[in-house]
Amino acid sequence: MLEFVTFSLLNSLVYGMLLFLLSSGLTLIFSMMGVLNFAHASFYMIGAYVAYQVSTWVGFWPALLIAPGIVGIIGALVERYGLRKVHQYGQLAELLFTFGLAFIIEELVIMIWGRVGVDYKIPSSLEFTLFDLFDTSFPAYKAFMLVISVSIFLVLYYVLVRTRVGLIIQAALSHPEMVGALGHDVPKMFMLVFGGGSALAGVAGVIGGNALITEPAMAAQLGTIVFVVIVVGGMGSLTGALVASLLISFLQTFAIGFDYSLYDLVNAMDTWPFLSEAAGPWNDLLHVKVAQTGPVLPYLLLVLVLVVRPKGLMGVRET
Amino acid sequence: MSSSIQNPGPSKIPCYGIWCVFALTIMLLPFFFTSRFSISLFSQIGISCVFALSYNMLLGQGGMLSFGHAVFMGLGGFIAVHALNLISENTLPVPLELLPLIGGLGGAFFGSIFGYLCCRREGTPFALITLGIVELFASGALMFPSFFGGEEGVSGNRMIKNTLTGFDFGSEIEVYFLIGSWTFLCVLCMYLQTQTPLGRLANAVRDNPIRASFIGYNPSHVRFLQFVLSGFFAGTAGGLFIIRYEIIAYDALGLVPSGNVLFMTYIGGVGHFMGPILGAILISILQLVLIHYTEAWQLYFGLLFMAMVLWAPGGLSWLLIVHQPVWKAGLMSKLLPSYLQALATGLIFFLGLIIFIEINYHLSLSIEPGAPLELFGLVMDGHSVVPWSTAISCLILGLWLFRHSVKMVAAQWDAVMVIITKKTLER
Amino acid sequence: MKIKKWIICWSTIIFMAAGTIQPAAAETIKIGLIEPFSGPVGNAGNAFAQHIQDQVNRINAAGGVLGGQLLEVVRFDNKVSPKESLIQLSNAIDQGVHYIGQGVGSHVAGALIDAIKKHNQRNPGQEVVFFNYAAITPAFTEEKCDFWHFRFDAHVDMRMAAITDAIMVRKDIKKVYLIGQNYSFGKAVRDAARKMLKEKRPDIEIAGDELHPIAKIKDFSPYVSKIKQSGADIVITGNWGSDLSLLVRAAKDAGLGTEFFTFYASSLGAPTAIGEAGYDKVKAVSEWHNNLGVEENKPEEIQFQQEYEKKYGTKAPFLYGRMRTLVQMFAKALNQAGENNPKKVAFALEGMEHETPYGKVMMQAADHQLLQPLYVYTFTKVGTKGVKFGIEGTQIGFTTDKKIEATSTRTPSSCQMKRPQA
Repeated sequence: MLEFVTFSLLNSLVYGMLLFLLSSGLTLIFSMMGVLNFAHASFYMIGAYVAYQVSTWVGFWPALLIAPGIVGIIGALVERYGLRKVHQYGQLAELLFTFGLAFIIEELVIMIWGRVGVDYKIPSSLEFTLFDLFDTSFPAYKAFMLVISVSIFLVLYYVLVRTRVGLIIQAALSHPEMVGALGHDVPKMFMLVFGGGSALAGVAGVIGGNALITEPAMAAQLGTIVFVVIVVGGMGSLTGALVASLLISFLQTFAIGFDYSLYDLVNAMDTWPFLSEAAGPWNDLLHVKVAQTGPVLPYLLLVLVLVVRPKGLMGVRET
Repeated sequence: MSSSIQNPGPSKIPCYGIWCVFALTIMLLPFFFTSRFSISLFSQIGISCVFALSYNMLLGQGGMLSFGHAVFMGLGGFIAVHALNLISENTLPVPLELLPLIGGLGGAFFGSIFGYLCCRREGTPFALITLGIVELFASGALMFPSFFGGEEGVSGNRMIKNTLTGFDFGSEIEVYFLIGSWTFLCVLCMYLQTQTPLGRLANAVRDNPIRASFIGYNPSHVRFLQFVLSGFFAGTAGGLFIIRYEIIAYDALGLVPSGNVLFMTYIGGVGHFMGPILGAILISILQLVLIHYTEAWQLYFGLLFMAMVLWAPGGLSWLLIVHQPVWKAGLMSKLLPSYLQALATGLIFFLGLIIFIEINYHLSLSIEPGAPLELFGLVMDGHSVVPWSTAISCLILGLWLFRHSVKMVAAQWDAVMVIITKKTLER
Repeated sequence: MKIKKWIICWSTIIFMAAGTIQPAAAETIKIGLIEPFSGPVGNAGNAFAQHIQDQVNRINAAGGVLGGQLLEVVRFDNKVSPKESLIQLSNAIDQGVHYIGQGVGSHVAGALIDAIKKHNQRNPGQEVVFFNYAAITPAFTEEKCDFWHFRFDAHVDMRMAAITDAIMVRKDIKKVYLIGQNYSFGKAVRDAARKMLKEKRPDIEIAGDELHPIAKIKDFSPYVSKIKQSGADIVITGNWGSDLSLLVRAAKDAGLGTEFFTFYASSLGAPTAIGEAGYDKVKAVSEWHNNLGVEENKPEEIQFQQEYEKKYGTKAPFLYGRMRTLVQMFAKALNQAGENNPKKVAFALEGMEHETPYGKVMMQAADHQLLQPLYVYTFTKVGTKGVKFGIEGTQIGFTTDKKIEATSTRTPSSCQMKRPQA
């Protein structure tokens, strides 16, 4: 049991931090520009593919720097020449623009790299076991992922809280019009935040693409979970996004440890009147094990938070 | 966006004409296009029309952006198919023709449950709740095999004895006429609904919920009613789906069909009642026809969609509406030359784009990479310079010319607008 | 109101455009493939199409069928949706296609079997035959069996029988862990495993039985922890796609040393995604793998393979066994029927026996399930244990653990075949 708990904690920390890397950019974009960016996961995919391509030429370490840079530039260009133009037509148009963009990015990736996944490998210098505990091993690459994502969180936090640019961005998160009125170049800031947010997703792609699988479906599979993070975490809150990412990751991981269903519960209570062997949706529900509910839980959480507390856990204003 | 929305005026006598034409079109179509595929296509378009219009009850009329509308069509369909199986076992005395009604009631039932959850919020939170709901169903449906039938779904047989009309609905054409009549009925009902106080209130809540509540109407209540009605028509579309396909599986509930109806409605235009119909027709045809000509159809589809968002954000119906005054003033002839020029130059650009995309697809994805690529009856070799240079020069030249002619269109448009304004002032 | 007329006018134009797709003149005999050919799931459909196309090219190069008629492959994109598949089916029938091939997705296959059955009942004289080469739900050749459906792939129970045969002789295996995706296929695999292990090795303990959500899990390490805790010697799984590769990789990361008996570890894209984590651990079962030619010493097979890779590239998919059988048996059935008549072809296929380089295969008349030799084989690094070819351009090859002869793969079937009058 201790073994399961320890490793589940470690692993969900790694996965949760990866999720945070992905959603941190989105939460900034969403709260500042009000855009539900459906293409955000696509930038994650571009990050992974570009890193794969660059790493076949010059190795993983340069790719770690180059790929997020390229993704950031693509993101900034998308904002400058696409979103900014659509902005005048309102939120719906912006959202649909990103919807279409996600479509196109996926097709372009297929066109360039093919329909089957690519063999994007973990660098050999990181392919060893870091430590063995009980008799389960913990690979060095996971520790590396953790280090990268934690340090990015710290840097991001420092930039937002301590630097002048960060303070302006923070101000723009809650009062964009006011910041504009004070004479700051808000459109340029939008471009910066969008590019930066995309680059963060790109970093997630670089370090997550080889730990998971780099294939054209990777963006769609990740899909909407990032929205759960930003809503549960709360508008404009980086810490909220961190907490929500970890929460979701822990929920999904630890649910797997529970092999019980409602059926077991009512069975324990013996004379419960609803217990019947007849097949039907009710019986299906009784037999769903907690371990199988992993993918449903985040969305239950999403609906619950929006209905009960639309501010999210740490949000400064309502979504 | 709200500026482009035209409130439907009070119904006028000439409107009867258009409904007659609509009914006649539905009736006569299969006599002109007799192939099995055309009939399937028309049935599919009918179902899509009902579905897209029911979606526009939320988006266009009520200003509610939903990501989960397919849930209601899907649930309506599942209830209808279970009902169909009960009917064929003779436990449920309902004729086949009324099956969509059962689907509709199912859709309305679930609409009222989820509407209760969603409708207290508006805007983005509303959209995100619907997103949560659709993902719940998409991930949860496989856990309830006794209702959703697992991966294979639930199937039925529409050839049952209990019918009103006496047809056995074995052939596609009989099914088409049944779907066509239901489509006509649903479209008519949904149009009439826009004229009711509820329909008008939904517009008011969309445009300004605070003012709506000041005049004594609870916005969440209005949204809820609109949501339930929309669920009803989506469920009806689900019932029609069962009659046509006789099977429904979990994939009908997901984000993909929900996104698809959003595409249809938006491309058609949310601002006009006709918009979703146009969108449903165009998108259904594109999705079923384009795939025969190119593997890259998703890319073209995405590009078309982006182009619409960037340059015609009000959709097809908006394009038509802005030309209405010009048409009335008889000034289309002034615009046409510049339009033709823009079309011609745009085509050059598009040709370059097509060649470029097709060569790339052929080289990296074709199942016969060695075979030459055939495009517009011409044979091209992806490894030679000719098609590449043609594509790139078409792209550059087309773009340059197109930008030029777009400026001309804008100038002509301004000139026409000046004339129209003058005329109005003179009056 | 001019504007509304305009709209009508315009929509009529579109309708007309839609109507212009007319069936082409039927000179060739067409095989219509209804599969996903685009988007992220398009890889599987295209892989099947490539193999069938290659085999059809060979038949055509050798003079075609029926004394000179050529075969043609026509592709219809269904986006893995039953609804779109039915629309494309009517499209295919319009274009004069009488032979449909499909394999991706049991829900699509189920819808097609049903629709083709109804079509053939409702339109006598325009029959359509369905070749299923990958949808392996046993029911399709059991209680849901249909005269017009022929399956060329070994179904779940047959594959599981092969796996349990391989386990039967391994006395070192004491505990087995079952893990699968939580839907009908995953459950079918689990039930078959439980039943057959009980029959063949009653001493084996089922240490765990897990169904996880399909295509949603990114981090399999909690499952790996559970497997580890259970003390299982081997894992049996029906997982495919990312659910399989992520499971194997998570096992490697955690240092879990168990072997994996899988259905799909050699399928398209899986060897690349699993990578070196699979060496000597991951096993798969199917009718063919790319070192069979070397193992059974068939030089013409090796040559064929090299030609194929030269033509389509080393990254080309390779599912060649049953696809060749399918196309060759189809051509044979056409020649036996003597004319392009779907009903006669279907009757000719029933009970047909066919010689392949790896033994005789036969299409059972009773349930329309093909019996073919099955192999259980292990991921092995190229250059060791006589492995000569890597798959998908990797260094991963296969070595056979056990061959199960065609006749021994037969499983009891509850099929009550209803045949039309000849």
